[in-house]
Amino acid sequence: MIEIEALSKSIQGKCVLAPITLRFAPHRTTVIIGPSGCGKTTLLRLILGLSVPDRGRVSLQGEQLAATNAQRLRSQVGYVVQDGGLFPHLTARRNVELMAAYLRRPADQVHTRCAALAELVKLPLDRLERYPSQLSGGERQRVALMRALMLDPPVLLLDEPLAALDPLTRHALQTDLAQIFARLSKTVVLVTHDLHEAAYLGDEILLMRAGRVVQRGTLDDLLERPAEPFVTDFIRAQRADARLSATRSRLG
Amino acid sequence: MTRALYISLALVMMCCAHRALGEDLVIGSKRFTESYILGEIATQIVRSAGQTTVHRQGMGNTAILFEALKTGQIHLYPDYSGTVARELLHSDATDLDALNRGLRPLGLAAGLPLGFENTYALAMREERANALGISRISDLAPHAELRLGLSHEFLQRSDGWPGLRARYALPQRAVGLDHGLAYEAIAPGQIDVMDIYSTDAKIGRYHLRVLVDDKNYFPRYDAVFVYRLDVPRRFPLAWAALTKLENSIDAQSMIAMNAKAELEGQSFADVAQAFVSARFGHATASSTGAVWWRRVFGDDFARLTVQHLLLVAVSLALAVLIGVPLGIWAARNEAANQAILAGVGVIQTVPALALLAFLIPVLGRIGIIPALVALFLYALLPIVRNTQSGLRDIAPSLRESAIALGLPDFARLRLIELPLAARAILSGIKTAAVISVGTATIAAFIGAGGYGERIVTGLALNDHALLLAGALPAALLALLVQLLFDLLDRWLISPGLRR
Repeated sequence: MIEIEALSKSIQGKCVLAPITLRFAPHRTTVIIGPSGCGKTTLLRLILGLSVPDRGRVSLQGEQLAATNAQRLRSQVGYVVQDGGLFPHLTARRNVELMAAYLRRPADQVHTRCAALAELVKLPLDRLERYPSQLSGGERQRVALMRALMLDPPVLLLDEPLAALDPLTRHALQTDLAQIFARLSKTVVLVTHDLHEAAYLGDEILLMRAGRVVQRGTLDDLLERPAEPFVTDFIRAQRADARLSATRSRLG
Repeated sequence: MTRALYISLALVMMCCAHRALGEDLVIGSKRFTESYILGEIATQIVRSAGQTTVHRQGMGNTAILFEALKTGQIHLYPDYSGTVARELLHSDATDLDALNRGLRPLGLAAGLPLGFENTYALAMREERANALGISRISDLAPHAELRLGLSHEFLQRSDGWPGLRARYALPQRAVGLDHGLAYEAIAPGQIDVMDIYSTDAKIGRYHLRVLVDDKNYFPRYDAVFVYRLDVPRRFPLAWAALTKLENSIDAQSMIAMNAKAELEGQSFADVAQAFVSARFGHATASSTGAVWWRRVFGDDFARLTVQHLLLVAVSLALAVLIGVPLGIWAARNEAANQAILAGVGVIQTVPALALLAFLIPVLGRIGIIPALVALFLYALLPIVRNTQSGLRDIAPSLRESAIALGLPDFARLRLIELPLAARAILSGIKTAAVISVGTATIAAFIGAGGYGERIVTGLALNDHALLLAGALPAALLALLVQLLFDLLDRWLISPGLRR
């Protein structure tokens, strides 16, 4: 469970996050969507304590995030970024097992867990011995997801995890992600700019614009009961975009 | 990899071979032309008698040679009776019997007077002396108009001008002149009389007449060998050969030899060889006469290699121990960053010789310690800068991934950041090592040894072959070091970082 209270942040004098109060319920997948610069990534970074808020509070699993407990709380959170953030000098396996090894978990336990996760994310076992540079983009994201899940954290944060992938890979991974989220039933917060992805993966959608939350609800809520004209504009633009690219791919 | 192994094996074997050949007679010499030549003559004579020998050229001043002799690092070296008496025995008695009475308790002896002396003397241009009929110092007394240009040291020393003037009742007044300039002043007749060492190379070139010290004012500075008492017994063949040198060199020959080395730029070895073959008829194997590569792998090769490697390895290890943490600090702290990079940058702009000259008084010593400190300081910049930039160049997303994983600060540095920066850091160390191999040659100027010893001697002797015999191994060593680090790169750097 993640609770955010009156959280605000400015970067170089520019307000990127107006005071925001939010609660992400346990076992639900919330997708944050919005145009570039709307503050969605900033929000995620604030939740992890990667960035310090100007004002306000973040609580993870009922505990308020502070400099003193940030490290411990982070191990309760799995984090996946757009390019995977895998360490290039370690094999996929070492990436996945890094934190467990650092915490001196028993090796056989770690290996069993790693194998189970590989099955969960549908990664062939031989890929684990490769270095990130030897993996495809989709494989890298699967490994990143394994790494995030290694310590079985109750919370999972994903920052545009599929944005850098080609459409086919993205589609495959999207399907798998939906299954994984359903199976694990963790508190998931996923950031994207793709409405289709948001609708497919999210139990609910949180639309942001210019550092504030415009509307929160299901896709139907957004479609049928837009909180303000921007909601409709945003959805229409996304659909036009999707049609255009669909046309393009037919012509191509 | 195998190549590097073979090369290092070869080096080790050369060291062993060097040890196994039985005992060498080690001859020392001081750091000036005449001593180099006499040392080289003795070396060639001994070698022609079938005794293996090492000539440790230009080791330093009297105190250093005497210490080396007492501790057995060398077996003999050329010196002057007056020097031995005054500087080592603190007495005025300069005859051989007196010297040996003083030296015997130390296990040392002086002997084999070579037949000339190198003392203070006064000199005039030949034609001027002829015109005035002057051949002895007492002949100067009637000529009050003569202008004397004397070196500052000679003017000051109690056994110099003040005593000389009193002994001979000389009426002239003397001006102080730099010794080198005095020759330029006497040639066109700006001065009439100057002080010299009686075997100065320039005596012949400037057509000077050395005035006879007819009242025996100057102490005797007869050229002799000072040796360990057991040398005649331990090296009988060599000793028999050396005794032939007794009274075999007169002042004229010595002046001529000094001139060949100093003014004509011949190598000491060549000058000595010419003397030995002219005087004793046998063609000795001069080092220049030998195949050049044999000079490269000469008797001192193993010692110089070890010294050179030690200088580089120790200073580099220190620089890594200090430089990497400094680089880490600089990468993580903006205020420290400016100060650290400015500091190590400034050090780099100081010329090597100036840095050495500065370090000697600061550390109060010459030799290996100031050389190590200087090399260490020079090695800092590439190591610090590459560590700093290697760490700063890590993609922010990777840095944050490590934070997000929940790794504490030090574990992040150890497990993620340093391995990611390892390549940059290693290449900084490589740069420092290669530069260090080159800079270490300069350490020989302050007696720290290494290949630079040949370069320094080669410069001093105008011996280009010797200079090259020092420069080439240094260059090869630099290549070898480069190769070694390329291998290290392959071993140490994760294959994941290499494509």
